[in-house]
Amino acid sequence: MDFRFDLIANYAPFFLKGTLLTIGFSVASIILGTILGLLIGLGEMMRNKKLAAPFRVYVTLFRGTPLLVQIMIIHFGFVPLFIGETNVYISGIAALSLNSAAYVAEIFRAGIQSLDRGQMEAARSLGMTHVQAMQHVIIPQAFKRMIPALGNEFIVLIKDSSLVSVIAAPELMYWGNAMQGQYYRPWEPYLTTAFIYLILTMVCDFLLRKLERRLATE
Amino acid sequence: MIRVENLKKSFGDHEVLKDITVSIAEKEVVVVIGPSGSGKSTFLRCLNRLEEITGGHVYINGMDIADPKVNINKIREDVGMVFQLFNLFPHKSVLENIMLAPMKVKKVTKEEAEEKALRLLDKVGLKDKASVYPDSLSGGQKQRVAIARALAMEPKVMLFDEPTSALDPEMVGEVLEVMKELAQEGMTMVVVTHEMGFAREVGDRVLFMDGGYIVEENKPELLFGNPQHERTKAFLSKVL
Repeated sequence: MDFRFDLIANYAPFFLKGTLLTIGFSVASIILGTILGLLIGLGEMMRNKKLAAPFRVYVTLFRGTPLLVQIMIIHFGFVPLFIGETNVYISGIAALSLNSAAYVAEIFRAGIQSLDRGQMEAARSLGMTHVQAMQHVIIPQAFKRMIPALGNEFIVLIKDSSLVSVIAAPELMYWGNAMQGQYYRPWEPYLTTAFIYLILTMVCDFLLRKLERRLATE
Repeated sequence: MIRVENLKKSFGDHEVLKDITVSIAEKEVVVVIGPSGSGKSTFLRCLNRLEEITGGHVYINGMDIADPKVNINKIREDVGMVFQLFNLFPHKSVLENIMLAPMKVKKVTKEEAEEKALRLLDKVGLKDKASVYPDSLSGGQKQRVAIARALAMEPKVMLFDEPTSALDPEMVGEVLEVMKELAQEGMTMVVVTHEMGFAREVGDRVLFMDGGYIVEENKPELLFGNPQHERTKAFLSKVL
């Protein structure tokens, strides 16, 4: 077996473009998914069961169906319905962030519920409102506990962004497939693709560990 | 200052407080004793509505906190609470623990809050611990910080929920000392405790609770020296 680095070098500009788009998809979906996930998590924890129900349904739907199917439904169904045409960027970011939000919501809920009830009681006994207590006492602590699980979720999201190649969003996996189609060789395109995903997830992991250390109080 | 009328509290089918009526005057130090499960902590937690009130009335400075329309946050500013397990905020330094509520609730400036926090830390003998995090403190130190944190809101009443029960024996004294000082300065206090020595020495009045009722109340020397009820006698014979 000869491994042809020269083919990879030829394709490098495409891999670069693809990588940048993968980073774009990932960063946008991590940000949107986290914000949305926090809101859904808060919604799930509302004391009024009726108000909380839609949020639980959301989590059930998005966790219970395959991301690939969600991408198809959003791309061919919802996006044309709302904007009148298909758009791989909108579809990709929407599908990835909506899906991720369901998992972030559960991570967030677990983070908050793992805190001792006394924290909320102490804050409320000092005259803080529920919102103030959440903002200054509960969420900062829950966030710290969430980081490892959140890191996991971000890494999964980076890897799962490869699924949007099926709707022809020209990200990393798309160019890997394209190169394979052009040269009919398995190793160079897919190992290169895998290697770049590995670098991206390792960078993500590194950044989160740094954040975790910075938030440590001891 | 505090007036409790026919207070009832149930958790589901379990009625913890059956019918509590009691008044607490300004500057009075009331100590609540009784066997575990007698409802004394629940009683205390009803006084700032950490427990929703099932029935009856609790008036704090004339405001009925059993009324759902009352602004409970405003009332809690005047009612400090100290917990058995301290409940310090572990993600904030000792100083920040004390400064947080005055800054967010009373909107005092950072400088003012800091000056006050340092003064209170000095009062509880922990000025040198201002910048450390709660994790590095001993139990007794944590509880003293918790007292300073509650005092920072300048409450008119302080509630103590078994403040020394989670402490190693050698640390109980330092916390009781701070509480005693507070009582001498004229703070209105309601203290749930198993420290009979404290009740006797510092308390103006002792309530003995059992089975969701106040069985007996009296001046400490009378309640300890000459208990009237069988259940009080039985309890005191076990703990004294």
